[in-house]
Amino acid sequence: MRILRRNLTAYGFLCVALFCFTVFAWYPMVREFVLSFQRTDLINPPEWVGLDNFKAAVADPAFGEAWLNTLEFTALALLCGYAVPFVVALVLNELRHARAYLRFVVYLPVMLPPIVAVLLFRWFYDPGPGLFNQILDFLHLPPLAWLDSSSTALISLVIVSTWMNMGSATLIYLAALQNIPPELYEAAELDGAGIFKRIRHVTIPQTRLILLLMLMLQIVATMQVFIEPYMLTGGGPENATVSVVYLMYQFAFSQMNYGQAGALGMMLMLALLVFAAFQLRTTREDQA
Amino acid sequence: MIAVGAGTAGRKSRRAAGRRPKPMQVQFRTIVSPHQLNSRWGRRIYWLVLVSVVLLFTLAFVFPLYWMVTGAMKTPDEIAEMPPTPVPQDPTLDNFAEAWDLFDLGTLLVNTAYYAFGAWLFSMVVDVSAAYALSKLRPMFGNVILGAMLATLMIPPMVILIPLYVTIVDLGLLNNPWGLWFPAAANGFNIFLLKRFFDSIPRELIEAAQIDGAGPVRTLWSVVLPVSRPILGVVSIFTIVTAFKDFVLPLLVMTDSEKMPISVGLSQTAGAVTQNQVMGGLVIAGIPMIIVFFVFQRHIMAGLTAGSIKG
Repeated sequence: MRILRRNLTAYGFLCVALFCFTVFAWYPMVREFVLSFQRTDLINPPEWVGLDNFKAAVADPAFGEAWLNTLEFTALALLCGYAVPFVVALVLNELRHARAYLRFVVYLPVMLPPIVAVLLFRWFYDPGPGLFNQILDFLHLPPLAWLDSSSTALISLVIVSTWMNMGSATLIYLAALQNIPPELYEAAELDGAGIFKRIRHVTIPQTRLILLLMLMLQIVATMQVFIEPYMLTGGGPENATVSVVYLMYQFAFSQMNYGQAGALGMMLMLALLVFAAFQLRTTREDQA
Repeated sequence: MIAVGAGTAGRKSRRAAGRRPKPMQVQFRTIVSPHQLNSRWGRRIYWLVLVSVVLLFTLAFVFPLYWMVTGAMKTPDEIAEMPPTPVPQDPTLDNFAEAWDLFDLGTLLVNTAYYAFGAWLFSMVVDVSAAYALSKLRPMFGNVILGAMLATLMIPPMVILIPLYVTIVDLGLLNNPWGLWFPAAANGFNIFLLKRFFDSIPRELIEAAQIDGAGPVRTLWSVVLPVSRPILGVVSIFTIVTAFKDFVLPLLVMTDSEKMPISVGLSQTAGAVTQNQVMGGLVIAGIPMIIVFFVFQRHIMAGLTAGSIKG
């Protein structure tokens, strides 16, 4: 009887949360699966169409490009967004002055709503009076077309994305670096290890767990890039910046084909799950 | 006389300080050893690195914001000038007023504040009671539920965006704040943080309250919540900041221009107004979060690492 009462009160506390999770987190996962096999425009009743949505999504002219762009974006964003914060954190950890200022400043863009950062950079990228071309001009360098050329558009998006996101990664690494026991550095120094050897044999192994975790989080986060192409390029020029999520958005809201968007969403989910499983296995092997 | 004496003494001590510099304070050992740092070259390199890092960071992270604010104070002619003027020649606040009217920033800010406050209130009530139930009342299948809630963290939000949107449409929650508040409350990370903190509250404290005759609600309100202030602060700030910054879901759910939050409103109108007016809007949209950061800097920085594993 007491157990029953305890359970009843507990589920009383849980019921609203269970409702929220069921309807707005768990059910959409199932719904995505169902959606991808149906033709849905939210007006007519949905009808089952088998694999048609998947076929249509793959046949879309931008499909291949969207995946390539997303992978390229992820690779570039990792180069900037993964390596740069770690190096920055390493340097910041060595400094004994202005620490509070530097930490404050690096996190400042993270606090801004993304739309503010994106619209600000849209102005910077303006080929005429935009800040970046004016700086290039000041340095007597030739101007770039930035968002208007298919060769520089993607890297321009990576720059915005890194600028507005690197603060949190930097601070997380900084906290991890401060947890390293100082004795290890002293021991390494006694063994005659130079600065780079100390980084390789003490710092990196000691922060490996957080480095791996952040790698996974960042890949998953950058694979979902949407707001940058949506606001800055609209996928152009010549589909050079169409990302998978942007294509999904277009399927759903330009073509009103939610099933096809769901099919693409399923593919992205599978890709990310395969990646996560792979990552988890390498992590486990690493520890064994 | 005394003043002169003090002056020479000061100069002398300064010269002495120049000759034998005070060793640099080292509270914690890092990659570079204190010995290396305090060597003659170590010192020079250190100051060189420090100055360049400070300059670089200011240039990379503060200068764009400076450019945004000054851009908002320039006239349309001046903002199109090449090369640009580093300081506005004739600073004007008119653009802020124009941006306020053109973007209808008053409505947008009120909407945003309403959505952010509602999301905060609702997710706190829901997530705190759920975490309390999972941590202290320990119902049957509690661990299964917790696992399923944490599993949602593995699913990237953009991947289930379309089915989530379809669900919201089916429930008739378009242009309804609940279309944002329900999904905001389904936050596995909040529940994880809260539950982990509640787990660390000693059992004796709860039992003492129960012996005194407090029911579960009373225990939560008078015992658990007061000792959980730090984690409640962290979760609150992150919920509010996330709700304020949120873009994609409100873009889909709040299609009525009277109902849009500021991010969506700015994105819809930005193409139709001049550059200096856009900057005025951006400055106004950015200020609330900058103020929050100034005030709650410690909590935000602490919260960032609260979730990460130690070691």
